[in-house]
Amino acid sequence: MKHQKLIGSIAVNALACIISIIILIPLLLILVNSFKTSLAASDMTLLLPQKWQFDNFKVVIEKGKLNLAFFNSMIYSVGSVALCAIFAAMASFVLSRRRSKSSKLLYLFFVLGITMPINFIALMKVMQVIQLYNTRTGIILLYAALQLPFTIFLTYGFIGKIPREIDEAAVIDGCSPLRLFFSVIFPLLKPVLVTVMVLTFLSTWNEFILPLYFTGSTDKWPMTLAVYNFFGMYFKNWNLVCADIVLTSLPVILVYFLGQKYIVSGMTSGAVKG
Amino acid sequence: MNEKKSYPMYFVFGALILYVVLSVIPGVIGVGYSFTDWSSYSDKINFVGLKNFATIFSPDENYLRYLGNTMVFTVLTTICKSVIGLALAVLLTKKIKGLNFHRAIMYMPAVLSTLIVAMIFKNILNPQSGLLNEFLRSVGLGSLALKWLTDSKIAFWSVMAVDIWKGIGYIMTIFIAGIMSISPVYYEAAEIDGASSWQRFKSITLPLLMPTVAVTTVLNVLYGLKVFDIVYALTNGGPGYSTEVLYTGVYKEFSKGRYAVGTTLSTVMFIFMIIVGFFMIRIMTKEEVEE
Repeated sequence: MKHQKLIGSIAVNALACIISIIILIPLLLILVNSFKTSLAASDMTLLLPQKWQFDNFKVVIEKGKLNLAFFNSMIYSVGSVALCAIFAAMASFVLSRRRSKSSKLLYLFFVLGITMPINFIALMKVMQVIQLYNTRTGIILLYAALQLPFTIFLTYGFIGKIPREIDEAAVIDGCSPLRLFFSVIFPLLKPVLVTVMVLTFLSTWNEFILPLYFTGSTDKWPMTLAVYNFFGMYFKNWNLVCADIVLTSLPVILVYFLGQKYIVSGMTSGAVKG
Repeated sequence: MNEKKSYPMYFVFGALILYVVLSVIPGVIGVGYSFTDWSSYSDKINFVGLKNFATIFSPDENYLRYLGNTMVFTVLTTICKSVIGLALAVLLTKKIKGLNFHRAIMYMPAVLSTLIVAMIFKNILNPQSGLLNEFLRSVGLGSLALKWLTDSKIAFWSVMAVDIWKGIGYIMTIFIAGIMSISPVYYEAAEIDGASSWQRFKSITLPLLMPTVAVTTVLNVLYGLKVFDIVYALTNGGPGYSTEVLYTGVYKEFSKGRYAVGTTLSTVMFIFMIIVGFFMIRIMTKEEVEE
């Protein structure tokens, strides 16, 4: 019996290691090859480079115009994250506190947006009409708008758990609604807002469909589109493509390891109750 | 305390305006445009009735194939992600060394951009120099070294496999949270009764995990129906139309300037999703509505 348990435990551990390796190999492959020379990277093996080529990254940043792309990605992500967090928090605060039927319906109207597919072509028309087509502002507003439903879904649930007595005390002390929200409620929302911001940042950084449809000029492209374009031009130089991939993924991996706790809690909330 | 005064409606306006203008209105006018001949070739937009829908559902065109592919993709990836994700979750809730390390690794593909993942696999699945075929040849399975992404018979399977590789960690993480929320009392009782680990899984874990299964299924289905990135970046619908799905089709129509047909494809999806979405929201907000 004890013997069997030991074998079982070894098997389970081995299995977990094998699966982790299957996940890791593609990622290691890119990392290793980003340091190789063009010739050495042409067969894309997992062997360590004979000569470490740190210049690859410098070359990629210059040839791939990554400075501009990085700036674009940053401004899209940070802009939409901030906008989305504030608007969603304000809206869910009021919707969650009001006990009327109409605010409940309005909440459901927002949340329905989680599932709604985007009609990109009609959206283009709307963007043209409101003069935001092919502008950075347009992209930021779009990202904020598209992330709102899920963000409202998360913050609404969280605000429901904050006792109303806090509001009442503040109002009796003479707080205006704006002051009540920004000085009293907003600080209490920190845990959920961090989750929301991490998730929104990641998905905005990784996304490329909106810029693909709505930015005509390459100078407004984010990192993802820039790397894909670079891949099209330098597909023979996999060392450079790998270096580009590493640079594009670095911020995401960094945010992932720093905010892992928040990501998992956000991704699973709503999915698992209790 | 006056609810209307303390919680003024103008707090909602910012979110509402953004959401309505950039999300709801395009959806609605998109439906309207699908009854027209809107295109980039002419400034005039004429009403054409159901002509676009007739085009999409006509057997002479390829659009039905897009719809079919989208369905196949949705059903197969949903099943695979659920089964493998659940198996991984069960594995990673056992006593294992470096549990958090394994969980972190398996979740990692989910945080990478789909575009990046697709580029990595374009390389790995390359018929000549790709890692997969090199590996197959080195272990003497050279006959299995196929043209993963360029053979129209298997390209779609490769796309689905890559998608599963990327998506599995997310589903697994949800299942792990679900399993952890099951009270250990059940398992202790089962152990005293001498239940085998399979019996424990079948009679405790699975039934109590059903709500979670429902949610992951909905998430997988919604994702599958909307899939674009992975197909666009791996095969762009090719070879031929063998991997074309609905949203890559929409993008092709958009690039060709045939806006009306593109928006009609979106509308078909829109109507379908509203129905699916309605049930999804009911599942996700179940607890809150009951309160």
